Amino acid sequence: MEAFILIGITGIGLGALYFLIASGLSLIYGLMGVLNFAHGSFLTVGAFVGFWVASKMGFETTIPEFLLAMIIGGLAAGLFALLIEQLLITRLYERHIDQALVTVGVSLVVGAVLGGWFGNDLRMFPTPMWFLTAIDIGGAQIPADRVIYISTAILLLIGNWALLKFTRIGLIIRAGVENRHMVDALGINVRKAFSTVFFLGGFAAGVGGVLVSVYSNGVSPLIAGSYLIYGFIVVVIGGMGSVPGSFLAAMLIGIIKQFANYYATGLGDFVVVILLAVVLLIRPQGLLGKVRA
Amino acid sequence: MNALTVKDLNVKIGESHILHGVTFDVPAHKVTALLGRNGVGKSTTLKSIMGLYQGTGSIELNGQQILGTPTYKIAQAGVAYVPEDREIFSTLSVRENLTLASRNKNNGDAYKNIFELFPELDTRAAQLAGSLSGGQQQMVAIARALLNENEILLVDEPTKGLAPKLVTEVANALVKVAHETTMLLVEQNLALVKRVAENVIVMDQGKVIFQGGPENLSDPAWVHEMLGVSGGHK
Ligand SMILES: Nc1ncnc2c1ncn2[C@@H]1O[C@H](COP(=O)(O)OP(=O)(O)O)[C@@H](O)[C@H]1O
Ligand SMILES: [Mg+2]
Repeated sequence: MEAFILIGITGIGLGALYFLIASGLSLIYGLMGVLNFAHGSFLTVGAFVGFWVASKMGFETTIPEFLLAMIIGGLAAGLFALLIEQLLITRLYERHIDQALVTVGVSLVVGAVLGGWFGNDLRMFPTPMWFLTAIDIGGAQIPADRVIYISTAILLLIGNWALLKFTRIGLIIRAGVENRHMVDALGINVRKAFSTVFFLGGFAAGVGGVLVSVYSNGVSPLIAGSYLIYGFIVVVIGGMGSVPGSFLAAMLIGIIKQFANYYATGLGDFVVVILLAVVLLIRPQGLLGKVRA
Repeated sequence: MNALTVKDLNVKIGESHILHGVTFDVPAHKVTALLGRNGVGKSTTLKSIMGLYQGTGSIELNGQQILGTPTYKIAQAGVAYVPEDREIFSTLSVRENLTLASRNKNNGDAYKNIFELFPELDTRAAQLAGSLSGGQQQMVAIARALLNENEILLVDEPTKGLAPKLVTEVANALVKVAHETTMLLVEQNLALVKRVAENVIVMDQGKVIFQGGPENLSDPAWVHEMLGVSGGHK
């Protein structure tokens, strides 16, 4: 039972990390049809800036210091995402293949620059002592950092939902995911909504980058790759353009992966790919995705 | 005074050349019907005016060139569009569809007019637009266009696929609107066209083959030759 709870909660924590990547990917694709391979570099930028801020505070940080580093990492990644969008993506408006290629280029450049500068070895992220303590849940000893992953993901999900539901920009984004040309035809510059989505997606990925670095015991330009792939899988399974769909799929994948790894050592990735194939065959639009006209 | 002047408009979609030098005027404060058989390029013409397809030639709105301008600026300049497939936002409520479309905060009067025209939209404000009937969706699409001050309304086959009772309701709404605005109306329902049109354009194979008054619509031989349908009722 204890093992079951530990694996389940670790799975949810991992799912939370996937969600931070996938939420932005999903909206960016849903709104503009852009496959954003640069999303992993947003994660990396967030991780390194967060690392830099946290390092200024010493080898160990307090919880508020850590949260500050995480938010600054997120903001830096959001601004970086906005820069990429303004400099590169908008120039290739509606040219989806070129956009995808340019985002691959960005991810390669960011990886190479940071790798050259810092090296690719893991560098310990200064975390609060509290992260190393264990919380007793139903007899299972749950590492405390999981709590941060899960609550951050839930906060971002709620923030996302509130933005989409209650603000004009959110209304524009929802309408744009369905039919961006008609949004334009109503006199609304849908590209502005796209910039907002890029910033927010970058922010979530940057926050995710800091948390991933804690989970992986250090920052490195190499970490983003596998999370990006998982981010895409989550988006496909959850449904392109659906943030709640991404949340559901991320949790599902995190949990399934952990259980598969526990009961059939190392088969986690394999099981996730099988799940992806099954969803593509049975429900190609994803769990909560809409069928496109 | 012309609200809209289209000159030598050529449009290609991918490899196919769809519009071959389309030229016509839409006089201000009148309803102009754009007619022609299926597939002659009527919808493509409206979409090109809206900037949704790129083309060459000239499209002037009140004397200002709008060809090559981004779609959202064309709409802001006062071109309202009711597309052929309605293209309402099915995952948004009726109210959200209208809120999205409204570019002016102080438009209580505009809402009042719309709900007078289509009382159903008021009672169904909270309903998801995707769950409405075809006729109700058409009302949302028209209401969306009427919420703002417009220079011209482009309306593409508003009664297509509607039940007879709804055809009447939508037609009556258009007749009311027609008194207050400039409209370029694509419509297959000749009875409706005769009720509202003060000016007629006929297209064939990507070209305008007639522009003039509506008198000819009462001549079955002319209608048959131009539109390939028997005159009178359809
Ligand atoms: N997206 C498109 N891609 C290729 N061809 C198109 C497209 N839209 C319309 N066409 C073609 O352009 C021609 C004119 O279409 P359309 O403007 O919809 O005609 P109408 O509205 O008069 O029925 C048709 O031959 C149609 O097949
Ligand atoms: Mg048509």
